[in-house]
Amino acid sequence: MSEAAHLEAHATGHDHAAHDHHTPTGWRRWVLSTNHKDIGIMYLVFSIVAGIVGGLLSGFMRMELQEPGIQIFHGLASMVYGISDPSGSIDAGKQMFNVFTTAHALIMVFFMVMPATMGGFANYFAPLMVGAPDTAFPRINNIAFWLLPVAFILLLMSLFFEGASGTTGFGGGWTVYPPLSTVGHPGPAMDFAILSLHVAGVSSILGAINLITTILNMRAPGMTIHKMPLFAWSVLVTAFLLLLALPVLAGAITMLLTDRNFGTTFFAPEGGGDPVLFQHLFWFFGHPEVYIMILPGFGIVSHIVSTFSRKPIFGYMAMAYAMVAIGFVGFVVWAHHMYTTGMSLDVQRYFVAATMVIAVPTGVKIFSWIATMWGGSITFRLPMLWAIGFIFLFTVGGVTGVVLANAGADRALHDTYYVVAHFHYVLSLGAVFSIFAGWYYWYPKMFGYMYNELLGKLHFWTMFVGVNLIFFPQHFLGLAGMPRRYIDYPDAFTLWNRVSSIGYYVTFVAMLIFFYATWEASRKKRPAGDNPWGDGATTLEWTLSSPPPFHQFSTLPKIDSTNAH
Amino acid sequence: MVTGQFVRKLGAAATAMLALMPAFASAQEIGKGHPEPGQFHLQQSVTPIMDSIVAFHDGPLMWTITLIVLFVLALLIVIVLRFNAKANPVPARFTHNTLIEVIWTVLPIVVLIIIAIPSFGVLSDQLTVPDGERKFLGANIFSFGEVEVPAASLTIKASGEQWYWNYEYVDEGVAFDSNILGSAVDSYHQTIKPNQPRLLAVDNELIVPVDTTVRMQVTSSPSGVIHAFAVPSFGIKIDAVPGRLNETWFNSRETGLFYGQCSELCGKDHAFMPIAVRVVTAEEYQAFITAFKESRDYASAVAVLPAIQ
Repeated sequence: MSEAAHLEAHATGHDHAAHDHHTPTGWRRWVLSTNHKDIGIMYLVFSIVAGIVGGLLSGFMRMELQEPGIQIFHGLASMVYGISDPSGSIDAGKQMFNVFTTAHALIMVFFMVMPATMGGFANYFAPLMVGAPDTAFPRINNIAFWLLPVAFILLLMSLFFEGASGTTGFGGGWTVYPPLSTVGHPGPAMDFAILSLHVAGVSSILGAINLITTILNMRAPGMTIHKMPLFAWSVLVTAFLLLLALPVLAGAITMLLTDRNFGTTFFAPEGGGDPVLFQHLFWFFGHPEVYIMILPGFGIVSHIVSTFSRKPIFGYMAMAYAMVAIGFVGFVVWAHHMYTTGMSLDVQRYFVAATMVIAVPTGVKIFSWIATMWGGSITFRLPMLWAIGFIFLFTVGGVTGVVLANAGADRALHDTYYVVAHFHYVLSLGAVFSIFAGWYYWYPKMFGYMYNELLGKLHFWTMFVGVNLIFFPQHFLGLAGMPRRYIDYPDAFTLWNRVSSIGYYVTFVAMLIFFYATWEASRKKRPAGDNPWGDGATTLEWTLSSPPPFHQFSTLPKIDSTNAH
Repeated sequence: MVTGQFVRKLGAAATAMLALMPAFASAQEIGKGHPEPGQFHLQQSVTPIMDSIVAFHDGPLMWTITLIVLFVLALLIVIVLRFNAKANPVPARFTHNTLIEVIWTVLPIVVLIIIAIPSFGVLSDQLTVPDGERKFLGANIFSFGEVEVPAASLTIKASGEQWYWNYEYVDEGVAFDSNILGSAVDSYHQTIKPNQPRLLAVDNELIVPVDTTVRMQVTSSPSGVIHAFAVPSFGIKIDAVPGRLNETWFNSRETGLFYGQCSELCGKDHAFMPIAVRVVTAEEYQAFITAFKESRDYASAVAVLPAIQ
């Protein structure tokens, strides 16, 4: 569909007919691609595929947790591993649940959200928005993308190798804390997971280098850094976070690898190491990682809010530097994930204070979006619904973050479902809503066709109800003390677990509507035009055809002083 | 406009729900030491530490976050009603307002400082083992400490194993294992101790005296993995890390059974290594520990205590 659209747009000419002989066709166009738009599309397709896998994994978990007792995982384990003895299949099922939890998280973080935002949208639209013909390193772009399916396959392979003795897969959580990830899982499953993270990390670092260079060096004449669209700002900040955080993860998991295989004892107390050291290293990466997942969404939402309000962004400079501030402070708050590890009072006090600081720039962003809409002439087209949904749900997820930031209160909530509810509100509802906002906002630009507004709105409202049903009751479970990563729970937790599982089924229907809407749009081929959103859409991508020509801006656009953001 | 109406109705429903939340939170009747069906609140407190956590959560935190969410929601509803294309065909063009930007930067800082004052107090209490002189906050988190807590007089070392707990009365030199009741095959429906909740009941409860400050040392077997020792109604949660000896404390003012669960992923049976603390009177504890020291057999020592109802 997209291929045909691109070719069609290309055949109809625009100002690039002379480049026809450069246009690759067939599999070469995709596998050997150095085109930022084609690579962006491939990232999006990859993200959707990974999202289906990750979403199905959570479906099994929600089905399991719908009732107390072990419902389905012993059956699933005996089917998959062919175990007939009942207590053996229950043991295998318990491990399998942990494996699913782990894989769900790793897939959603590294193979769904990051490829969608920093892979798909950033690759496709950051160069367009800064008026660049392509990214700075097109071949690096190609290898960065193709490393990702390799990493994904390694992760999927890990599911089928021995993990803990006599069981299959790595079930130690996406945080891969030792000693559970070392002596706790001696089999090769963990080594595959480490290798997968290494490869995914290399992919992201290469992508980050490419995007930083593109944004810093290839902006169109007249586009100073302070005239750059906020999405490009968000990508720039995120790329720096990736560049600084991922090597720390790579170091940590390499130490894990040598602890496992080569007799080092970085994290093993019997050799003078410390398991908590790994947690510090992991979260030094892990906390910036959560901003890596949400910052591009901030950029996307800013453009959508401005476009459909027909009003320029309120407080552009504050918006840009709030993201810089969030990125910077995001590096000095990591141990708020570790309040129960036994850190001293002073250390915990520092991390409480530092963490609460993040609420300030985040508040600036929320209020600036509201101020952008204030006084606007708003049309509630589909992307705008997702953006407003994002703002509200992100606020809900943000305030529970303030609760958790307080080590005193976190004592009761750490490692409970309250935390699960919190981070799904900011990610599964926040980041994912921003991804859908971006998808519907740029769909006409990427593919040249309009989706069905009614189907899209059905998707939005079903999903809005579904995800809130899943995650709001999980606050209650957490407050009442239900720990995370539990395959079975005391009967008192039944009610809210059941509501949460019903929410999953509603969300599942919403995803079916999404796939149907996407299929419908590709069949009906309603031409979108260069700019379906009207005069509110001011960034450079809307000056191009839909989809844009294979190579754009062979004459660089000039940004004059009045044409800001 | 259809969407507008939707948003309006949804907004009204959400407003009503959220506005009632802090009230709800304190209104629900909850049992002691374990969660109740449908519970949406923190477990009932029996220690000064949990008193302060509940007061801090239900007070400053819950009010602040509820008001912020309601405020943002209200602004969004106003925007939907007033600034839709029909009601306001010509958009304003303003992009800056220094005053309001300063306000929405400074005001959150003030709110955070107000939260931080009780927050640091609550935290300091948790990490300070009582010496008998220091006063603790208890439920009055804006005081400078008004609850007297005696110095720690009993030390217990809890060690996380895969997948059960080992408890040692450090000063008495006696220890025992505590396993979940029941078996995986029958979903842990225990046949003995039928009145105790499934997945929380253990064979051997940790027995401690009431109104006594208990110092908990928490660790994990040196060749094992990380666990976490948590009892929600005491307000304690601390990781059991191989090679480390972590410390926390509690002082229960009520007798009874108080349950917790392992709170750090530790492998296959992470969900099946509960924590059960039985708080008894000082006399009962003395009888138990004397019998335990003599016999070194938990089962016969616990027989000196009255049966659990």
